Amino acid sequence: MKVGVWEAFLLVLRRELALSFRRPDQLLQPLVFFLIVTTLFPLGLSVQLSLLRDMAPGVLWVAALLSSLLSLDALFKSDADDGTLEQLALSGQGLNVIVMAKTLAHWLVSGAALVLVSPVVGTALAIPEAAFGTMMLSLSLGTLTLSWLGAIGAGLTVGLKRGNVLLSLIVLPLAMPLLIFGAGATDRAISGTSAAGALYLLAALCVLTCTLAPFAATAALRITLE
Amino acid sequence: MWTWFYKLASPPYVFGVAAALTPWFFALAALAIGYGTVAGLVFAPPDYQQGDAFRIIYVHAPAAWLSLFAYTTMAVAGSIGLIWRIKMGHAVAAATAPIGASFTLLALVTGSLWGRPMWGTYWAWDPRLTSELILLFLYIGVMSLRPAFEDPARGDRAAALLSIVGVVNVPIIHYSVLWWNSLHQGATVAKIGKPAMPGSMLWPLLSMLLGFMLFYGAVLCIRVRGEVLNRERQATWVREAVKS
Repeated sequence: MKVGVWEAFLLVLRRELALSFRRPDQLLQPLVFFLIVTTLFPLGLSVQLSLLRDMAPGVLWVAALLSSLLSLDALFKSDADDGTLEQLALSGQGLNVIVMAKTLAHWLVSGAALVLVSPVVGTALAIPEAAFGTMMLSLSLGTLTLSWLGAIGAGLTVGLKRGNVLLSLIVLPLAMPLLIFGAGATDRAISGTSAAGALYLLAALCVLTCTLAPFAATAALRITLE
Repeated sequence: MWTWFYKLASPPYVFGVAAALTPWFFALAALAIGYGTVAGLVFAPPDYQQGDAFRIIYVHAPAAWLSLFAYTTMAVAGSIGLIWRIKMGHAVAAATAPIGASFTLLALVTGSLWGRPMWGTYWAWDPRLTSELILLFLYIGVMSLRPAFEDPARGDRAAALLSIVGVVNVPIIHYSVLWWNSLHQGATVAKIGKPAMPGSMLWPLLSMLLGFMLFYGAVLCIRVRGEVLNRERQATWVREAVKS
């Protein structure tokens, strides 16, 4: 039976989502981590609302980066360990279709979930409600870009025994521009000025990684799978 | 016409060429850096704004330029190794990474020493400084990824791919002073038309730049020879070369 590209994409996506939802603990852990890290900052620094509001974009974004990183390690690992990834690579479908589906599934369960929780964290950090739209939009663009960058890093480190720290070392420098523009957009939204410029740059980064990163991630997987 | 290029894929040939080139690179680098140092530190007039403190440019600018040049070299050598499966490409990329990282560190350190009297601070979170710091982290990432693999060939290819991905940062660093309002001063040398520097200041700088490039070439030759010896240690020609 010949399976079309689009069909294969949807099949892998559905499989990944089903696998994630059957392990709700793993699904929730990065979210809880996100909540805990954002709680740590007010406790460690100050509970003054005006000061919190100034730090909020940075805290939010750093926590989002770290919590996305946490789940990235598992992106290809379990499939590579039990040989599923090799089977998928040999399935006759382009490996980049499979990489795209897996990365999108990763974003849906980590990044998109994080975006949905962000208003709660935003309220706790005294971000005004008027800024929630920009905050969520910038976080969606940013976490999607991060998932793509992370797919490259995860592909490069999948065969390694202690790849976790290395993965952060590789992905975080590449993610720094995201942090700058993402926190910048949120910051502007909080102070009430137009965040359009930073959002456009985030969107540009997102399009750039969506188009180029699948190829880089596929090449990385091919290097480590061989 | 291409035979010289094909020969560069052969380890013994590269080993010999690097050995022959090293003294030339060192001699010319000593000349260029010697002239640049004396002319830049003694003969060039003090800057009308920055006084004598500007003279650190003769180390800072070439180091910063070399940090980008070495990264590009690493990415190009890595892609040659990745695309055409030429082992020497990976050897050159592996040999370049620590040199480039050192130049990046030198640029950051001299920059902050320069920033202290001029801007009143060692460090500012300014686009150019930040992107140069990211460059250092990228170098460190590439250097730690390569030995993480048990199979050196895989480590080579993974490091090459990562360095190609990181190339996006190079134009960002180069154009950061144009794209953003930056504390860092704008381009002075590579300006279209007339450089914003008198000849007595400019020539020593260009000479230092050339000298740094030649010095990089010399160190690269030595390091490439080390890499080749290490990578080809099972080959008979290496045993003969080491014995003699």
